[in-house]
Amino acid sequence: MKNAIGKEIPAAIAGIDKVLPYKGLFDAMPEGRIAGKTKKMVKPGDSKLLNSIEEAVEKSGLKDGMTISFHHHFRGGDYIVNKVMDVIAAKGIKNIRICSSSLNDVHAPLVDHIKNGVVASISSSGLRGKLAEAISRGLMEIPVVIRSHGGRARAIEAGEEHIDVAFLGAPSSDDYGNANGYGKAVCGSLGYAMIDAKYADTVVILTDNLVDYPNTPVSIPQTDVDYVVLIDSIGDSSKIGGKETRFTKNPRDLLIAEYCAKVIYNSPYFKNGFSFQTGSGGASLAMSRFLRTEMEKQNIKASFSLGGITKPMVEMLKDGFIGKLFDVQSFDLIAANSIRENENHYEIDATYYANTHTKGCIANKLDVVVLSALEIDTNFNINVITGSDGVIRGASGGHSDTAAAAKLTIITAPLIRGRIPTIVDNVLNIVTPGTNIDILVTDRGVALNRNSDKYEEIKTWITKAGIKVFEIEELRDLAYKMTGVPQKIEYTDKIVGVIEYRDGTIIDVIHEIKE
Amino acid sequence: MDKLRRTMMFVPGNNAGMLKDAHIYGADSLMFDLEDSVSIHEKDTARFLVYNAIKSVDYEGTEIVVRINGMDTCGKEDIEAVIRAGVDVIRLPKTETAADVVEVDEAMTEVEKKIGKEVGSTLMMAAIEGPLGAINALSIATASKRLMGIALGAEDYVRSMKTNRTPGGVELLAARSAIVMAARAAGIYALDTVFSNVDDEEGLRRETQLIKDLGFDGKSVINPRQIAVVNSIFNPTEKQIDDALKIMKAIKEAEAKGSGVIALNGKMIDKPVVARAERVIEIAKASGLYREEV
Amino acid sequence: MELKKVGAAGTYESSDIYVTLFPNEGNGIEILLKSSVEKQFGTQIRKVIRETLEKLGVKDAKVQAEDTGALDCIIRARVETAAHRAAEITENFNWEELDKWTN
Repeated sequence: MKNAIGKEIPAAIAGIDKVLPYKGLFDAMPEGRIAGKTKKMVKPGDSKLLNSIEEAVEKSGLKDGMTISFHHHFRGGDYIVNKVMDVIAAKGIKNIRICSSSLNDVHAPLVDHIKNGVVASISSSGLRGKLAEAISRGLMEIPVVIRSHGGRARAIEAGEEHIDVAFLGAPSSDDYGNANGYGKAVCGSLGYAMIDAKYADTVVILTDNLVDYPNTPVSIPQTDVDYVVLIDSIGDSSKIGGKETRFTKNPRDLLIAEYCAKVIYNSPYFKNGFSFQTGSGGASLAMSRFLRTEMEKQNIKASFSLGGITKPMVEMLKDGFIGKLFDVQSFDLIAANSIRENENHYEIDATYYANTHTKGCIANKLDVVVLSALEIDTNFNINVITGSDGVIRGASGGHSDTAAAAKLTIITAPLIRGRIPTIVDNVLNIVTPGTNIDILVTDRGVALNRNSDKYEEIKTWITKAGIKVFEIEELRDLAYKMTGVPQKIEYTDKIVGVIEYRDGTIIDVIHEIKE
Repeated sequence: MDKLRRTMMFVPGNNAGMLKDAHIYGADSLMFDLEDSVSIHEKDTARFLVYNAIKSVDYEGTEIVVRINGMDTCGKEDIEAVIRAGVDVIRLPKTETAADVVEVDEAMTEVEKKIGKEVGSTLMMAAIEGPLGAINALSIATASKRLMGIALGAEDYVRSMKTNRTPGGVELLAARSAIVMAARAAGIYALDTVFSNVDDEEGLRRETQLIKDLGFDGKSVINPRQIAVVNSIFNPTEKQIDDALKIMKAIKEAEAKGSGVIALNGKMIDKPVVARAERVIEIAKASGLYREEV
Repeated sequence: MELKKVGAAGTYESSDIYVTLFPNEGNGIEILLKSSVEKQFGTQIRKVIRETLEKLGVKDAKVQAEDTGALDCIIRARVETAAHRAAEITENFNWEELDKWTN
């Protein structure tokens, strides 16, 4: 059947209990109670400390077919997933489901674990590198479930994604499981891991920095933790930002950033006490610098900034341009260290950040969010998960969460990347519905979404500001004129991925690429 | 002199990635280089690249300049290729004498005739890059009707002068003065050399202010990040636009009254004042700072 | 135009293409393409390479091309250069002929 955004969703999909097609932005109402975990009693004098990952796997009672979870706060510097999976494979355990907050290039060894039957299914915000390539070409029989950060927290709380054992790398922990994001390998916020700790039946903390009891601040509390294992190394903190979070000198990014900042500071939201979120890409980082200059000029202060936090945000906090930072993931070491040092820099979990089935996540209070896109179509639907060749190479992240929640949602993207047009007739896969998007900012200029409920209002203030506005079709034509119209990507009938909207409905499926 | 030439961005002729959309950064002119930025072994491919780019890419009205190689090397080949492609301006490097200009002018005429293009429709500019050229500035500036401007190329110039670039720019003062005077006398544009430290925004600002005060019309840039800085210095301020508009209004009112003598705030408005006001409004319009009320 | 030796042109930088032409006497035009945008533009890139060679009057050539997302006009320029180099034409290019068909 076709869902509300016109995508064909099969009635039954392997690995999914109940297929619910996407209905609309806020149309899937939550029912019932939040799921719980098994009770346990740790008595005075009991020790949680174990000697090895192997012992932890044994003690946790992990069996064939169970679900284990990981967090991705170390991004490309993560050692935990590969270390734990090697142990599980060596123990001969099969058919494991991995529920990770995300996976990336360094998790290529999972390809072999999938081939050998150790891993049967995966849910994750994103996939990159060889693992993503292999899955896009039909490696798995059960499709990967792609969830937003808020959507993952929701699925876990709803009991749709029940975690049997969580293996959580922590930069420091005491022997009783009080853990946080500072230590030898710093990652700052443990915002995604906090959800796993709260809802997994069994929680194993893996740390390379065992500290004296009691370890504070308590990001993950002892009351949630079953076991603590001291290992050599949990991750490389120099890679928590990855290459994309450095300040850019790329003129195209700077141009987009300048246009985007101009849009924001001419918007009615740009006044004392406004709130905003930006991404971690080059254009986003540069944008915050341009925005800061204007805030200084007009003497405007933001009340808070949210999301993945980066160095420019921390500097704006320090220098008084932002009142408070809410940090679900620290994108560089400056941000990671700032949580501990600055009392106005708060660590938040993924539910508080963006879970729609709660009594109100903080994203609901956002004025402006700036997001990126791999592809955007003339209906403003956004693809951040597959490249224009149909191969998975991105992540859902907080994209659909913040796009739906913020008052003004801006997408920044270059008109073309190499020969790839960013603006197309139809995106290959939809992660965020176009009805959420208000403005597209490209290196050629700005397009407004005629289907946004704020269209007329935005058109008025943006025209008044002297910003040149294009129809999105004009920008698409401009892109196609340069690149030519791309050939249609050919797929097989096999579904390799399911893209869940933040409310648990299915907004799109990813098909296997035909070779 | 109604066309803005505040910024001329330098694009290496063998750089495919830059050639495809260099106009998006807002430079008034783009200069595709076939000369110094292209190695001797890549002259042919850069020429084909620039030729095809000019033919195929829509630069949306941005003026396209190509810096050709000297006539002693493959300059003639360059001229034929880029005129056929439809270039707006050919930039002659290392111009020493009026004869250099005439030689290129004749080669251009030959190509225009051959392809049935109006003779003289392709413009030309001459870069002066040595002391001989600077001394001959006026004869160079008046050597061809095609010349839209003369430019300073500082790197070779300072080497020939046995000096170095300095922050204050005193080493270029004589050449700049010669060039701007010659350009003004000939009624063409005076265009300044590049500022090579792209990270020194303050230095660029200072130098641009200096050459603007000397009377130059614009400056070459080597990085898109320099464009906004240079353009902003050449743009009139809000007060200048306001004053200019008041002057034009006073003239209109006087004309309506049939009054011969025009005064504003007790001051006489004479011809040079009017010309200056017109120029300010032209630049303001061209740069989008002022929109005529309908 | 007849290819007398191996001729190559282009770079491996983003948005460019590196084209190598080998004489291929009697065997027509054969194209071996590696492209970062094969799935989206593979057919078009091959078409541009073939058409450019045909218009240059090259009947036999083995083409090896490594593409990193070059636009059509860039591909044309690199093929033209490689062909002239392979045909050992270094000056007095026949612009009149070239000009007839590129637009």
